[in-house]
Amino acid sequence: MVRSKEVYNYILEKARVIDPKNGIDEVRDIGIENGVIAEPEKISNAKIINLEGLVIAPGFIDMHVHLREPGGKDKETIKTGTMAAAAGGFTTIVSMPNTNPLADNPSVIEYIKSHCELSAYVNVLPSGCISKGSEGIEMSPIGGLKKAGIVAITDDGKCVQNHELMKHVLMYSKTFGLPVLDHCQDPYLAEGGLVSEGYWSSIKGLRGIPVAAETIMVSRDIILAEAAGWKVHIQHVSAGDSVDMIREAQKKKIRVSAEVTPHHIALTDECIKDYDTNFKMNPPLRTEEDRQKLIKGLQDGTISVIATDHAPHTTTDKLVEFAYAPFGVIGLETAVCVCLTELYHKDLLSLTELVSKFTVGPASVLGLDIGSIEIGKKADLTIFNPDEKYTIDSGKFYSKSRNTSFNGKEVKGRVIGTIISGRFVFSQIDGIKGTF
Amino acid sequence: MTDMKWTRKDLIGLEDLSADEILFILDTAEEFKKVNERRVKKVPVLRGKTVINFFVEPSTRTRASFELAEQRLSADIVNMSASSSSLSKGETLLDTAKNIEALQVDIIVMRHAASGAHQFLAKNLRCGVINAGDGAHEHPTQGLLDIFTIRQKKKKIKGLNISIIGDILHSRVARSNIYALLKLGANVTIAGPPTLLPKQFEQIGVRVCDNLKDAVENADVVNLLRIQHERQRASYFPSIGEYASVYGINRESIKYVKRDALIMHPGPINRGVELESEFADGDQSVILEQVTNGLAVRMAVLYLVAGCLKTN
Repeated sequence: MVRSKEVYNYILEKARVIDPKNGIDEVRDIGIENGVIAEPEKISNAKIINLEGLVIAPGFIDMHVHLREPGGKDKETIKTGTMAAAAGGFTTIVSMPNTNPLADNPSVIEYIKSHCELSAYVNVLPSGCISKGSEGIEMSPIGGLKKAGIVAITDDGKCVQNHELMKHVLMYSKTFGLPVLDHCQDPYLAEGGLVSEGYWSSIKGLRGIPVAAETIMVSRDIILAEAAGWKVHIQHVSAGDSVDMIREAQKKKIRVSAEVTPHHIALTDECIKDYDTNFKMNPPLRTEEDRQKLIKGLQDGTISVIATDHAPHTTTDKLVEFAYAPFGVIGLETAVCVCLTELYHKDLLSLTELVSKFTVGPASVLGLDIGSIEIGKKADLTIFNPDEKYTIDSGKFYSKSRNTSFNGKEVKGRVIGTIISGRFVFSQIDGIKGTF
Repeated sequence: MTDMKWTRKDLIGLEDLSADEILFILDTAEEFKKVNERRVKKVPVLRGKTVINFFVEPSTRTRASFELAEQRLSADIVNMSASSSSLSKGETLLDTAKNIEALQVDIIVMRHAASGAHQFLAKNLRCGVINAGDGAHEHPTQGLLDIFTIRQKKKKIKGLNISIIGDILHSRVARSNIYALLKLGANVTIAGPPTLLPKQFEQIGVRVCDNLKDAVENADVVNLLRIQHERQRASYFPSIGEYASVYGINRESIKYVKRDALIMHPGPINRGVELESEFADGDQSVILEQVTNGLAVRMAVLYLVAGCLKTN
């Protein structure tokens, strides 16, 4: 990882510290010594930074990011993608394996790791493919991928259709403690689909992707996770019915978890009425009723993770007929402010609940001991102002791409600083410089 | 004639238009219909204007109708298809269109397989854009010519019962008819195989009916859509033969159609599928009048759009 050479000791004063894992929500000082959290009183020669009015949280985790490298440098690179992550308040991201070449073998993981060592600004945890070539036929070398350093397996963008293979994958990955992340979609029902099947697809003459394309596979995964006794994680849930199914499964102690994206929380399929390709993503935006059920899932804990599905595409790729544009929108630099605006300021989630979806939530799915603020642990911290208002301007993004659904949106809540291993990687604080 | 001023440089769809705008086009078309009945069928209203007919998706009759309309308005015209354009060399639609515009073309008449392609172009171009069909979205001049024909025969639109039968899901003709007819106060019914019949149209006030008898019984107009063979392969219904027997107008089902109801079809007809030949050619059929009226309607649209161009 790219790091500034100098390491300072800091005392971060007077901020509201929110650490959901440890049940902390109070104004207190935080000490950082040699890159780790320390007792403020015991640190010598520390820089004191007054953060009154701001919130300090454990470093945010985004477990669904397409960095596009290798193979898609015109859209994003490890460098620009991780700069965007840092600017968005994320200290750790999980990269998706649908690069070119695919991350379905240890050598690609080695490549990604060595590139991250040179040019990443945040912690990048790679994921690997479930199946060779993401073809859904043969298992990828899951043990070898684990040794190479992956934290999860997924065929994201595709969905394993062979139920027996999926069952075996769930049984096998348990040995390695690797969660299985699934983009739940039946290809026959979704064939040729561009937007959610419903009112707007009918009115606008766009082919629809029915809710059933998702729920059929969610139910399949729940059934197989129960049989295998292992963790399945449903990526970017879009349908309200999926939330209901996941909730019922969790009641039965089946190990199923779920994530939702900021765009599925904030937007509905009405957004496609002008054929703007920055609202074309997979799974598609659904109805207001679905949106409400997703929020309910966040409130009652059925959905424990907010993840961006940051999917960069060039302006040229997106500036075409709706049917021909690629699916996907970027999200790293807008996730936190959009969620503060749509969930916290609308009294739908408390700050602690919201922070948990970016910290202990994903850490727990991934089985990693991160996402909290504890003495002796790496000082990965996210600092934000929950009340600062600004207008999102995609022209100022660090990401190489501009395909956001939120350009021009007025938001309330802004990331002010991102600290990784005690170093300010991103900073809007007077007198404190970031790494880039 | 409605007292209003036309202000649009594009005709993308009838969903966007007000009832007054739709009536204004129809009234304007009445004037051009008279031109087409003269011995010299040509007026100079588009003299010095250039129109390109850009048919990214192939078409014969709509293109011929637009070409004739342009010629009768004295426009200079160029025809381009997807295979003859740089689209086949990988150029984007927007680049192709920008190049067309750079040639100081005034109006692009386009047909395209992707829904929304015209809205996308119109937003990015100064020249006028006329939609000659976009995917499953709209085919506004077809909708207008259908309504023009209905008005001519029935002397009104408001209160009429109009049934559209066939593959509604994939039909741009159906959508343009539905949006405009509702604005003009007609009662619209759609019918066809349930797999090709989006129930969501109920939300905008359309009666959705999966039974042909119920759909046509009280209809003043029965508009039959062309059924595509591909739909059968995609498992929307078992066979063309079964479609014809369940949803086609034949000797049996014609009994349910009122004697004074109009029978319409946007063409090309699959004789014996949507419609038995004897009824396609029968006294209730206005299919060829639709074609004739299409010319007048397209002349009206070209004339109105040309009057709003910033290049004037």
